[in-house]
Amino acid sequence: MSSGIRFDSVSVAYGRNVVLDGLDLTVEPGEVMALLGPSGSGKTTALRAVAGFVRPVSGRVFIGDRDVTALPPHRRGIGMVVQQYALFPHLRVEENVAFGLKAQKAPRAEIPGRVADALEMTGMGGYAKRYPRELSGGQQQRVAIARALAIRPGVLLLDEPLSALDAQLRSGMLAELARLHRELPDVSILYVTHDQVEALTLADRIAVMDRARLRDCGTPQELYRAPRTAFTASFVGNANLLPVSVGVGSVSLGGAEVKVDTGEVAAGVGATLCVRPHLVGLGDGPNSLEGTVTEVQWRGATHRVYVDVAGHSVKADVRELREPPALGSGVTVHFAPEDAVLLAAGVTDG
Amino acid sequence: MLVHSRKGKWATWTVFFVLFLPLFALPLLVIVAASFAGHWSGALPSDFTAEHYSAATRGESLQALTTSLLTALGASLIALAAGTWAALAAAALKRRGDGTSRLSRGCGRLLDALFIMPVAVPSVVVGLAVLVAFSKPPVILNGTSTIVVLAHAILVTAFAYQSVSAAILRLDPAYEQAAASLGARPAYVLWRVKLPLLLPSLTAAAGLCFALSMGELSATMMLYPPDWTPLPVRIYAATDRGATFTGAALAVVLMAATLLVLFAVSRIRTRASYR
Repeated sequence: MSSGIRFDSVSVAYGRNVVLDGLDLTVEPGEVMALLGPSGSGKTTALRAVAGFVRPVSGRVFIGDRDVTALPPHRRGIGMVVQQYALFPHLRVEENVAFGLKAQKAPRAEIPGRVADALEMTGMGGYAKRYPRELSGGQQQRVAIARALAIRPGVLLLDEPLSALDAQLRSGMLAELARLHRELPDVSILYVTHDQVEALTLADRIAVMDRARLRDCGTPQELYRAPRTAFTASFVGNANLLPVSVGVGSVSLGGAEVKVDTGEVAAGVGATLCVRPHLVGLGDGPNSLEGTVTEVQWRGATHRVYVDVAGHSVKADVRELREPPALGSGVTVHFAPEDAVLLAAGVTDG
Repeated sequence: MLVHSRKGKWATWTVFFVLFLPLFALPLLVIVAASFAGHWSGALPSDFTAEHYSAATRGESLQALTTSLLTALGASLIALAAGTWAALAAAALKRRGDGTSRLSRGCGRLLDALFIMPVAVPSVVVGLAVLVAFSKPPVILNGTSTIVVLAHAILVTAFAYQSVSAAILRLDPAYEQAAASLGARPAYVLWRVKLPLLLPSLTAAAGLCFALSMGELSATMMLYPPDWTPLPVRIYAATDRGATFTGAALAVVLMAATLLVLFAVSRIRTRASYR
């Protein structure tokens, strides 16, 4: 069963408080779509609208070709995994996984086999008789995923599934989720997260959300290399955003001229120059800018140097330095013209 | 213990023994002492005897105990069912979020108020109300055991409602939502997820209702038929005619029976708690 998800101008409001404002988004069958945004951006609300736990004040939600806007959650045919797992504490692991099958009255003879398959798929086959409280966080998460997959949903909703795990477990589970998706290529996944690494690693496409609205949507590469809004640029990859003025055939940053592809940005207006910290180098090069060091952070393999250039802070991630520059000393930073993206001022706010 | 210094600990224990023990434990000890007493004219009872107990566990007294146990069992089961149902309904009505109109939230609050009424109204009034209401057609229950059980149920449902309401409020909605997302209908979610998770609170509520019903006197006095005399009524009657020691023995029997049932219920509760 393969079915995508479609939001058709979906708005959700609590009283006068609009938490999701006219969302238009399509998740293709078999696609992993990440909803990325800070807390309060409406991403979880969008997921809950698909699950049926919030009812939109306007707009329609489709799963496959079916309009599910008015359907109660139990008739939507979705699998869902939430941050706090919500395993039933009074049921053993196998009973948790069998819950959906029994509730949907699957043929009795089929249930043990499907439970075993689901547990095997998530590597939890050896824990069938345990109670959830006897498992670690990572194991509980696997059981929660097995429980959602056992009902063979066409759509899997993951709401910050890894945020309760520690960093090491998280990267392991991330690889695990990617493998599961390769094994189940027909399942569409809507993955809500505030962590850009999760989104960049796992998603076919990322929808960036902020303040109840969809700000940007594209493949991870598109969003990272050519963000369309300043919000996307700073949220995905933490880019340097520098105000520049665009003249005819030239761009200047605080008096210094920089070479950059102006693209569709018209001359004579303000614009934002966006360049990733790891593409900024210390020393002379193309597009050199003079500045003073305001802070140096050692991050193991790299140093992050904050340089004040004409009143704007520029972050540069450089390979670990033997002799990091002293605070207050003058340095030169540079970046290649092709590594920078120019955003028209009008899109700064999305 | 939150007090850490040795002196502080001693001081707290002293206060406990001097103030609380006499207040709470001594009256009960006096009852136990009186139940064994043949005479009590000095500071302490004398002529110890077990005669009161042989009287208290035979014939009409034994029947009164059975009556009390049956009444309490019936009343607490009715109260638990009605109170849980109403608490679940009120929680559903009051739930915030989508589709909840102001009207349904109002209905939820009305249910709250309705179920607090029997606590606020004196039980004599409840007894009288039940008596008046069921003494005329269409439903005549006057002089039956049913009316006693009914009055007890009305009185204790409020407590069941409140403790189950509090438990529902603490129940994480994520369980219910996870079950719904797995395709479980609301009734299936109720029986397989919500009620099992509420079980510890339900047994606690049942125990509370049982204990309250075992001790109920004032409404019972207005309603009981001669062939359905609960134990508190017999204790009152015994003391009223001057047989204080017999009354004390009956009181100890009532206390012991109630405690035994509460203990059994709390054993079930420990087995039913998951976290």
